[in-house]
Amino acid sequence: MSTPIQMMPSQPSKKPAPKVQKEDAMWLQKEMINANYHELATAHERGKKVSATFVPGNLNELVMCFDFARSLPETNALQNGMRKKSGKMIMDAERDGQSEDVCTYVKADLGMMLGGEIGPTGEKLPTPDLLLLSYTGCFTFMKWFELVRQKYNCETVMLHTPYQGDGKISQSMRDYVVKQLKESVIPTLERVSGVKFDIDRLRQYMKESARAEDDLVKVLQSAKNRPSPIDGYFGAVYYIGPMFTAFRGTPEATQYYDVLRKEIDARVRDKKGPITPEGELTEEKYRLVVEGPPNWTSFRDFWKMFADEGAVVVASTYAKVGGVYDLGFRHDPDHPLESLAEYCLGCYTNMNFPQRIDMICRYIEEYEADGLLINSIKSCNSFSAGQLLMLREVEKRTGKPAAFIESDLVDPRYFSAANIKNRLESYFQMIKQKRSVAGAAVAAH
Amino acid sequence: MAEMVKDIVGRCEALFEDLHFDAVKQWKAAVPGRKAIGYMPVYVPREIVHAAGMLPVGIFGGGDQMEVIQGDAYYQSYICRIPRSTLELGLTGRLDCLDGMLFPSICDVIRNLSGMWQILFKDKYVRYVDVPQNYLDSVGGEFYIHEMQVLRDDLGKLAGKPVTDDALRASIAVYNENRRAVQDLYAYRAQKPWQAPTSEVYLVIRAGMVLPPEEHTKLVRDYIAAAELENRPKRDNARVVLTGSFCEQPPLGLIKSIEMSGCYVVDDDFGLVMRWLLDEVPATGDPLLELSKAFLHRSNQQASKYDEKKEDKGKLLVHSVKFYGAEGVIFAAPSFCDPALLERPMLQDVLAKQKIPYTAFKYAENTGQMAPIREQAGTFADSIKLWSAA
Ligand code: SF4
Ligand code: SF4
Repeated sequence: MSTPIQMMPSQPSKKPAPKVQKEDAMWLQKEMINANYHELATAHERGKKVSATFVPGNLNELVMCFDFARSLPETNALQNGMRKKSGKMIMDAERDGQSEDVCTYVKADLGMMLGGEIGPTGEKLPTPDLLLLSYTGCFTFMKWFELVRQKYNCETVMLHTPYQGDGKISQSMRDYVVKQLKESVIPTLERVSGVKFDIDRLRQYMKESARAEDDLVKVLQSAKNRPSPIDGYFGAVYYIGPMFTAFRGTPEATQYYDVLRKEIDARVRDKKGPITPEGELTEEKYRLVVEGPPNWTSFRDFWKMFADEGAVVVASTYAKVGGVYDLGFRHDPDHPLESLAEYCLGCYTNMNFPQRIDMICRYIEEYEADGLLINSIKSCNSFSAGQLLMLREVEKRTGKPAAFIESDLVDPRYFSAANIKNRLESYFQMIKQKRSVAGAAVAAH
Repeated sequence: MAEMVKDIVGRCEALFEDLHFDAVKQWKAAVPGRKAIGYMPVYVPREIVHAAGMLPVGIFGGGDQMEVIQGDAYYQSYICRIPRSTLELGLTGRLDCLDGMLFPSICDVIRNLSGMWQILFKDKYVRYVDVPQNYLDSVGGEFYIHEMQVLRDDLGKLAGKPVTDDALRASIAVYNENRRAVQDLYAYRAQKPWQAPTSEVYLVIRAGMVLPPEEHTKLVRDYIAAAELENRPKRDNARVVLTGSFCEQPPLGLIKSIEMSGCYVVDDDFGLVMRWLLDEVPATGDPLLELSKAFLHRSNQQASKYDEKKEDKGKLLVHSVKFYGAEGVIFAAPSFCDPALLERPMLQDVLAKQKIPYTAFKYAENTGQMAPIREQAGTFADSIKLWSAA
């Protein structure tokens, strides 16, 4: 799945380059991520079991109840992509028999395994004791862990999340997920970890989650301001990092979101634009909604193409792959298992097409965006299959221009900077023209 | 009696080539008010559609004879062909004879197509048919029964009368008959592949996508009888199982090329809907419960279905190789098909451990160049022969 996120600027272990501006929250996050990789690397020597799971619909609060060290292979792929290591990993996996046609997240992960499982921070990652196959919003997940299981022979437990085919979550879907939790997931977690399940511990983590989720929503929705104090796509990947991964439910994450929200509140008060890799954006010229995951291998260059033009992404669907908190979902400590089920069922790529289109149209309106940009990811059928219809529908319904670019998550062979830059430039031209036509129409009245 | 095989296969070929679905239109016209429901690969419980008095119609893309123009405008180059040609069929009115479409849970492409269909064909019934990946009766089973119940209720509403248990039981019996006939056809081909070449068997199977099951069962039986009366030369071909073609179909010419290159295909996964359930579904008792049990415990293994244990991977493929006496496996998968292509290395691993030779290639439903595939399959067949002679 295309997913997640914990990022930090390219060289995590080096001192910050003096010109790059970062919020305090970013440094906090960087520490958390590095600490988690270290925790993972040393888990077995500390007698801890290791679980691996996917980002969308992850059960972080539940997994923490069993003291697992938590690995997220998508995040590893992403981090390796940002560190420009994924290209070789993908080619290694292809040499090992994987097709050039399939999802590159999977291949980056398999390639990392072939290369001795050296993680993004240079430490060797442990073989997981349990693969928690939370199957939310993407079929490829299932094949991914079957492939890992084939190599490692590790125990696998499936949590099948049914798809919102008719645009809603039914009681039967909820019951199905809860039953799986009770009858297969929790007993397996207990057995592998040797820790007994304590529902009060789960409630406690969920309380933390809900608090952090409130703050995250405030941060994401701050982009409704003009100028927007954040970038809701490139910047948001930092903001959603802890929430979507191994930290949701921890006091550290709650603290992170508290710090972050305060920082963003201050930016709103000061009418400041977002911080980009080039520094603070001082003039907001275009406000966009983006659909689709980013490219990680040229993340900064990609972001720069927007920042250079004064384009700010005010909302993105990618920032919802690990939960649609802005639509109201919160982890609910009073109904822990039901709420976990609701969470898994609600993630963005588990929503059907009409829902996804509605959400984008709503964003365009609520965030007063100039249009929609789709970054279509070659790897990812879950996101990409059908996006051209999305583009037409959104244009039809909002009257706002939409544009389409193509790249990949972690395969550098599919990032063509010149093409994308051209496309973006003509798109911004188009928005400008639309504006002047609209301006002229107003003037004529 | 060579005539008869020719006639039967000729009829099947005409059905296969008819992308305007005249057979469906005729079936509907015969009794006013009849309805037809389309479904895509790989599996839907057709018994429910049949019990609602409707014709289930398998939609397997546009093949290599249809020019795809509008459908291409909806998909990027890196997505397989079947959704675009299926959209083309819909957008050009060729599927107007269908009153609804079912999109099975097979991959994200077909999953997303279900929502696109809802947007583009607002006046039609559209349903994404989810199936469980948890195989406990009390967990996945209950969920699946509920899914089937929704479909049953919806179709009942569309039909104007509820779908009764008795009707469902009768339909289960009809499909049991059909499944037996198809199994017999596969067994017959494996026994005498020179009498029943796959290029014919394939067409006989595809006919079942548009004919009512009762009629298809008879057609299958007639074909087996007619094929037996043929006097066809037996060749020293390599016996192979073909796998990976469960969704987007290879062009007929590709199947012929494989045979011409010196392979007898003794098992395949085309039209898997007919062989998805592996044996009889009891036609007594609670029909949805029986359909659910058959799905959970006695159904086919395929890339879109989770294998609970590592040891289960490839079990059915290996069984098929042994059961049908195959000497090798051909992996033939559509380009950009994540499920088939991600499954492939795992299956290859299992085959390698069992010392079963294999070869692999990709195709698209409109692949025009057969020479490279013929050459590859030919080399494979030769190597099998050499290998077995050694
Ligand atoms: S197909 Fe998409 S959602 Fe699925 S694993 Fe790959 S990148 Fe992630
Ligand atoms: S060919 Fe493969 S990827 Fe394409 S729709 Fe079928 S199963 Fe999905």
